Amino acid sequence: MGKLSTETRRAQRLLLTALRVPETLPALPFADWELLLRVARRARLLGRLGCDLSRAGLLGNIPPRAAAHLRASRNVIEHRNTLVSWEINRILWALKGTEVPLILLKGAAYALAELPPARGRIFADVDLLVPENLIGEVEEKLLGHGWLKLQIDPYDDRYYRVWMHEIPPLRHRERGSEIDIHHRLLPRTSRLKSDPVPLFAAARPLADPRLRVLAPADMVLHALVHLFLEGDPDEGLRLRDLVDVHDLLCYHGQEPGFWAGLGLRARELGFERPLFYGLHHAHRLLGTPIPPDVLQKLEDVAPSWLIRKLMDHLIHLTLLPGHPDYPSRRPALGRWLMYVRAHWLRMPPVLLARHLSYKAWLRFRGVRKQIDLAQLDLKQQ
Amino acid sequence: MLVGDLSHRQFAGRLASAGLGVQFGPFNLRIRSDLGSFASLAHHLYEPYPLLDAEAISDFHVQIASPRGLRRLRRWVRPQACFSVDGQSIFAPYRADHAFPALEWGINWCVATRAHHLLMLHSAVVERNGQAMVFPAWPGHGKSTLCAALIHSGWRLFSDEFGLVRPEDGSLLPVPRLISLKDASIDVIRRFRPEAVIGPAFFGTRKGTVAHVRPPAESIRRAQEPARPRWFIFPRWTADAAFTLEPMPKSQAFLMVATNAFNYDVLDETAFRLVADMVRTCDCYSLRYADLNEAVTELEKLSGSIDG
Repeated sequence: MGKLSTETRRAQRLLLTALRVPETLPALPFADWELLLRVARRARLLGRLGCDLSRAGLLGNIPPRAAAHLRASRNVIEHRNTLVSWEINRILWALKGTEVPLILLKGAAYALAELPPARGRIFADVDLLVPENLIGEVEEKLLGHGWLKLQIDPYDDRYYRVWMHEIPPLRHRERGSEIDIHHRLLPRTSRLKSDPVPLFAAARPLADPRLRVLAPADMVLHALVHLFLEGDPDEGLRLRDLVDVHDLLCYHGQEPGFWAGLGLRARELGFERPLFYGLHHAHRLLGTPIPPDVLQKLEDVAPSWLIRKLMDHLIHLTLLPGHPDYPSRRPALGRWLMYVRAHWLRMPPVLLARHLSYKAWLRFRGVRKQIDLAQLDLKQQ
Repeated sequence: MLVGDLSHRQFAGRLASAGLGVQFGPFNLRIRSDLGSFASLAHHLYEPYPLLDAEAISDFHVQIASPRGLRRLRRWVRPQACFSVDGQSIFAPYRADHAFPALEWGINWCVATRAHHLLMLHSAVVERNGQAMVFPAWPGHGKSTLCAALIHSGWRLFSDEFGLVRPEDGSLLPVPRLISLKDASIDVIRRFRPEAVIGPAFFGTRKGTVAHVRPPAESIRRAQEPARPRWFIFPRWTADAAFTLEPMPKSQAFLMVATNAFNYDVLDETAFRLVADMVRTCDCYSLRYADLNEAVTELEKLSGSIDG
């Protein structure tokens, strides 16, 4: 147990230091590189380290074997970037003739607005925010231009349509890429009220006038909501999502009026608690520069001392990657608690009980979680 | 120091504790396992491979071990082996007696999914006189069989699976791993070179019957010596086919190499440039053969005609 927590803490410290001060990496002892590469890969932050070192012109000053791993993950990321740009191009083509304001969210937004979190960030799908009354039209157009509805069971379809903040994902039949179409940032059933209308009014156009991104404060708040409320029981909170928040704060924090506006906007949208936790932990773990008065003001919305201590502990436990050689059950329990918490906030208790028991029933019946890639030939992946 | 310099006890001890550090060409592996049968076979087949220095960085941490938790109980009924990378298991458990092919396959999976700093062709590659012959092929076209025959006929093994191209200079990098032969190919190679070191046949794996050929020690010893590509040969084994070795138009060869690569799309423009350069400077042929001896002789002639 002693060794376990010492080793785990060492792994976490390596990763956080690398993220905070990448320029010190050339001085990293040779023996630490291997562990850093492993935890960074698990946290999906290898590409990020690669970009930071490349920008600082330091890739030649680290062990060549480590540089190869960073190069490899940056190559994948650049490729995904190309794919996402192309995907958005195709979405615009499919939606030609409709006057729908498309707001890009998360990765796609960072990439197309050329914001700092885009660097070295791994992309998955394209996330769009569309006014709810136009979703039907958008879905229909996409379905007519090569996208398909995923085969999901009627329960899940209903789960999405009635309770959620997005419709079931669409997948392109040739490219395999997925689009998540949202009409709000949080489920309809969520305890945090989330009226999407102000988001549309404040959104900012990109160079292509058909595309928009959320206003800076809204973007930060969405990144935080995503971090704390879209938990995954297996992965826990994602450190890379906090890194997004850190980047956005460093970048937009320079703009006059940003910090004052952020607090007001959080109150207006009902996201004060995620903002409280997010700023606190970004500052603590990543050293995000946050004006002291902003943190001070947020103390008003802080939870009680006990809850705060508990949450600090849980967030720490689930946000930081474990040591690959010393798996521990505690973070797994923490992840589960955070997942339950996220669901608690997502839907009222009766609904939650119904939903979780249905999911438990599925698990009991033995729905497979592991995909057997081994049956495929290497080339087919 | 080589794997063969360790006693069996030392070897199994490393596998069961901090892991065995072993070098396969450009990749440093750390392998862990608590399975005795696996250790015996690995000790034998990995014998000529170099061990890692204490301070070397390992690229991939892989493990093939008995399952943890409740699944452990199965050791008494139908024992299983789980493959994991960096402590995370990715594939469904294997039969414990298939642990060795599972690990070999898992290492290939690590390379194919992670080594994107290199262009990876799905090709066998052999070398002679500093010039490499590349066999891009699709499963079932007989590249591994041909490759196993060539490396027992004076060619140096680069790989039977990965044509690794270094983007910086377009060189091919050797990754002389064991060659995995399937089904009928196993006996074909046993007959072709009775002295070849071939591991036991594993029946009923997810890929049929599989056996592993250990490359000649020379290929492993020279695993850090790259080479330039000189020929692209697109092989196709067909029973009873007449032998043909015909020049292939470069435009066609380009398309075949590009579509054959594991990560052509990932490397984007770099990949285009690398493949275009290689196809431009290489002679490209399509090969059809039924008889392995004839194919080996003719390919030797082809390489000899360049030397002379």
